[in-house]
Amino acid sequence: MTTTEAGPDAAAAITQEPHGGRGTAWWGMVVLIMTEATIFASLLASYFFLQAAAKEWPLDGIEAPELSKISLMTLVLLGSSAPMFWAEHGIRKGQVWRLKAGLIMVILMGSSFFAFLSLYEYPELTFGMKDNAYASIFYMTTSLHGAHVVIGLLMLGVVLIKTFQGKFTAERHVTVEVVGLYWHFVDAVWIFVFSSLYLSAHLK
Amino acid sequence: MTRARRRALSLPALGLVLLAACSRQSPNALDPEGPAAKSVASVAWLMFGLATAVYVVVAGFIIIGALRGKKESRISDGAFIWIGGLLVPCVILGGLAVVTVKTTDTLRKPDANPLRIEATGYQFWWAVEYKDEKVTTANEIRVPAGRPVEIGLHSKDVIHSFWVPQLAGKVDMVPGQRNVIRFTAEKPGEYRGQCAEFCGLQHAKMALLVIAEEAGEYQRWVTRQQRPRGGPSSEREAAGEQVFMRSSCAGCHTVRDTEAQGTLGPDLSDFGGRKSLGALATENNRANLAGWIENSQSIKPGNLMPPVQLEPDELLNLLEYLENLR
Amino acid sequence: MTVTEERPPTPEEEHEAIEILWEEAPGAPGFFASVDHKRIGMRYIYTAFIFFFIAGLQALLLRAQLTSPDSQVMGPQTYNQMFTMHGTTMIFLFNTPVLAGFGNYLLPLQLGTRDMAFPRLNAFSYWIFILAAIFMYSSYLVGRPPTGGWFAYVPNANKTYSPGINMDFWGLGVTFVGISTTVGAVNFIVTIFKMRAPGMTLNRMPMFVWSILAMAVMIIFAVPALTVGTVLLEADRLFGTQFYEVAGGGSPLLYQHLFWFWGHPEVYILFVPAAGMVATIIPVFARRRLAGYKWVAASLVGIAFISFGVWVHHMFATGLPALAMSMFSAASLIIAVPSGVLFFCLIATIWRGEVEWTTPFLFALGWFLIFLLGGVTGVMLGVLPFNWQATDSYFIVAHFHYVLNGAVVFPIFGALYYWLPKMTGRMLDEKLGKISFWIMFVGFNLAFFPMHVLGFLGMPRRIYTYSEGLGWETLNVVVTFGSALFGFGTLLTLINFFVSKARGKPAGGNPWNADGLEWSTPTSPPPECNFESIPVAAGRHPLWDSEKLEEAESGTDDATKSMGPSGALNRQTPILGGMQSDPEETMEIPEPTYLPFVLALGIAVLFVGLLIEAALVGVLGLVVAAIGITGWLWRTEADLQ
Repeated sequence: MTTTEAGPDAAAAITQEPHGGRGTAWWGMVVLIMTEATIFASLLASYFFLQAAAKEWPLDGIEAPELSKISLMTLVLLGSSAPMFWAEHGIRKGQVWRLKAGLIMVILMGSSFFAFLSLYEYPELTFGMKDNAYASIFYMTTSLHGAHVVIGLLMLGVVLIKTFQGKFTAERHVTVEVVGLYWHFVDAVWIFVFSSLYLSAHLK
Repeated sequence: MTRARRRALSLPALGLVLLAACSRQSPNALDPEGPAAKSVASVAWLMFGLATAVYVVVAGFIIIGALRGKKESRISDGAFIWIGGLLVPCVILGGLAVVTVKTTDTLRKPDANPLRIEATGYQFWWAVEYKDEKVTTANEIRVPAGRPVEIGLHSKDVIHSFWVPQLAGKVDMVPGQRNVIRFTAEKPGEYRGQCAEFCGLQHAKMALLVIAEEAGEYQRWVTRQQRPRGGPSSEREAAGEQVFMRSSCAGCHTVRDTEAQGTLGPDLSDFGGRKSLGALATENNRANLAGWIENSQSIKPGNLMPPVQLEPDELLNLLEYLENLR
Repeated sequence: MTVTEERPPTPEEEHEAIEILWEEAPGAPGFFASVDHKRIGMRYIYTAFIFFFIAGLQALLLRAQLTSPDSQVMGPQTYNQMFTMHGTTMIFLFNTPVLAGFGNYLLPLQLGTRDMAFPRLNAFSYWIFILAAIFMYSSYLVGRPPTGGWFAYVPNANKTYSPGINMDFWGLGVTFVGISTTVGAVNFIVTIFKMRAPGMTLNRMPMFVWSILAMAVMIIFAVPALTVGTVLLEADRLFGTQFYEVAGGGSPLLYQHLFWFWGHPEVYILFVPAAGMVATIIPVFARRRLAGYKWVAASLVGIAFISFGVWVHHMFATGLPALAMSMFSAASLIIAVPSGVLFFCLIATIWRGEVEWTTPFLFALGWFLIFLLGGVTGVMLGVLPFNWQATDSYFIVAHFHYVLNGAVVFPIFGALYYWLPKMTGRMLDEKLGKISFWIMFVGFNLAFFPMHVLGFLGMPRRIYTYSEGLGWETLNVVVTFGSALFGFGTLLTLINFFVSKARGKPAGGNPWNADGLEWSTPTSPPPECNFESIPVAAGRHPLWDSEKLEEAESGTDDATKSMGPSGALNRQTPILGGMQSDPEETMEIPEPTYLPFVLALGIAVLFVGLLIEAALVGVLGLVVAAIGITGWLWRTEADLQ
């Protein structure tokens, strides 16, 4: 037996019955998200640890980050969870068109958030990551989140292509659920990043 | 558990301690010479006793349990778990918690009118500064016996840890913060200490000496350090001073009241009175000192002092100069 | 594949068809593509043991240097490299992976299923482990092994004080191997919650499974802190950020907090599965049920929980506020309570049982006597004033070797004697095993007990030499002699292993008359598919609870169709719906595939790119990894349900 082709019996045996609980892949993603969330928690804890040790914050007279535009983009990113939910519910009922439309929406919203961050927000910053510990933790946390957005977008792209190829049905769409879950996590964790790095810096 | 058995089990441990304690120079934390180390030592002895008792009883249960074979037992599983697993540990730990809090409180209480010193860790030596007395030295800390000492701890490079086992526990020297260690040396004597936090290549040879002296003797040393330095007392010494100032020495070392004000290496103002070279790397005598100057890397590889190339005559003069710095 | 649906196959035909279906391709293709948990588990164990002997050799060389004062066996540079690699290897490349290996091999067998929840992820985590190990050890090839200690405290480990790529091998390597540990933990957790045989409720799970569960949960929440710690370290080193630089407003203590937030749970990540092994071995050879099953499970979970609240006791000398230290001191003492419960459950088991003195039991007994001492010294170290004297002295070296070498390695050796017959099909020699145990036990105590005393005599850790006349000479000779003896004892087990491979007594299905489902497979090693028919767990000790183990049969619905041989024939296995005890669905077990290897290789190339600071190499790695992960997502619908 060659190693890459699926056994004929295996292929034949996949029946189309709907299943009750969540599959292993979904649970696997949940656990993975827990560990990822702990990574972000550690970074944010580091942020507050450095702040507690500093005489002034942000360090070296850097101004607290500007809020208006990023708040708008935050709404866009968080809002992108809505079409994702809508798409997931659609495919559960077999409505592939909803999955297509929803995914395109999500990808557009996610991309605009990332484009804003990399093309507008970063170039506007008056400090570089080597300047001081505040700058370092700011860049590290936001760019780690940015990397999560990019990975999420790439995975959503794969899902979108598979959708157009007609690979998903009401019964078989594990990838949609798993990637969707990941995207919701990317959105949710931004709430914490945003509150810590942007909002809390304005509290005096 | 019979008494003989208990003795048999705790004997090796005790034997090892006694065997080791025979060596008088040992920086033995259980041979304390100050109140801080004494209170830790008494906590330690309390816990050694407790630990031996716990070990003997529990290990006894295991061994007897394994050897007794299948016999009816009057002790139920539940009794083992509730009494051995929960009740007894909680009582012992509760007791220890009280001991912890009490001893910690005593140890951290500041003393009245302490001698204040600031010590700074460098790779791989210690700078020592008596702020009030305006005296600077290195690697050997002179204190008056019986007077409480409070040392502020700093680091110029990596993390070091200040540890003189016979006087107190250890406190780290962390860059960017000032920690404090408090101790009193009750009797005159020399107490060896050593850096306890891995600090790089020569962590092993970063030791220090706390020298406790009678108050009068200590005061004489301080006064000598505070007096303006006189000129060289012999021709050789004068020539040696020339060598010191001309060669690379003065770039890194300070000798007070001279143009040598380098800060990369230890202050040498009272060098002639020091007992050791290179933070206790070796004894301070003429042969070792000559070897150290020519190539300290062969004695303490990795220390930051480069080899110094000197003519034999220059070297002799320099030795004469250094030995007379007091 | 000759099975047709029209004519029901005879059992013999079915058996043969199953064997053919599950057989993996021979040679290199099969090797790189395998997703079988047993093969992966064995690889983990073998690879980890290679590193055990490497790190053991390093330890003996370190001891050779320390035997006498002012010794010239090696210089400070070599010594520092060696103790750094000894610690790093033992923690990251031996202890953690060897336990993952046992978990991988045993979990599906003990739970009564045909593979792990994510067989491909399982293969991936092994590839990451071995590639990370090669990555770290390649530092020797370029003559630049790390020197900053296995804990890599900053500022000593930053670019200023550790120039060159030495510490980058460590910082990147540790981050790298963390991926393996983490995905392994994900796999364990989902497998335990979703892949249990019918009848195996949570409170019937074997104790080893409980311990792996506790371990995996700790990994999920602890490893991220280490990852952040080392990523920030590498960012400082490679990209000039200021996280730990005092001059830039950073903090060296931040690193210590991150490191120990992982570091203390890590001790229990290693200890808990080892305790699980002991709790498995003891009842089998005491010939009675485990006393206080729920207490033992609760204490393992309790230890996991409390382990997150004690990290600061590694930092008692750093000058923290008194109140904070007192709280962490108290928390450190509390962890002795679940340990005490665990201990007395096992004592009760032995007390009221009848002991069969086999080699695995001896090792379990060794665990008792050693961990007991490591435990009481652990309590001592939780007491603040005592800690100030003992920390960073040889007392600590003694203490953690009692815990990490004694209380982890002894159970691992016991587990080898106990489970290796199932894995290889051949028994190890009992007599040689017992000799090996006694030599290890005596050697261990001679090596590590005197270190407690050395610590009190003022000998600090991590020194490459010491002067004469400090009272340390005699004890250091004893320590070296003990370590050599201990090393010799482990070699005897290695010899035992090779002799057993060549001409050991055939093990049969259940040589120990043990209780767990892993012994219910008729042969040793078990069939490739583990169970042609999924067994039914009637109690906590399935093979003791009923004369003949009941086997589930295939039905026609989704919940039961994969139970019988027809499930094995379709590479399927049942999975639970929620956390309930009975299977409700069917999972497809993926075919062997190269994708895990490709993904791992991509990540390895990325790390090499970071190491040599070559952006192009890094990007190449990312591309390969992206191809791997895309291919993975691409096939998910076809492979999984």
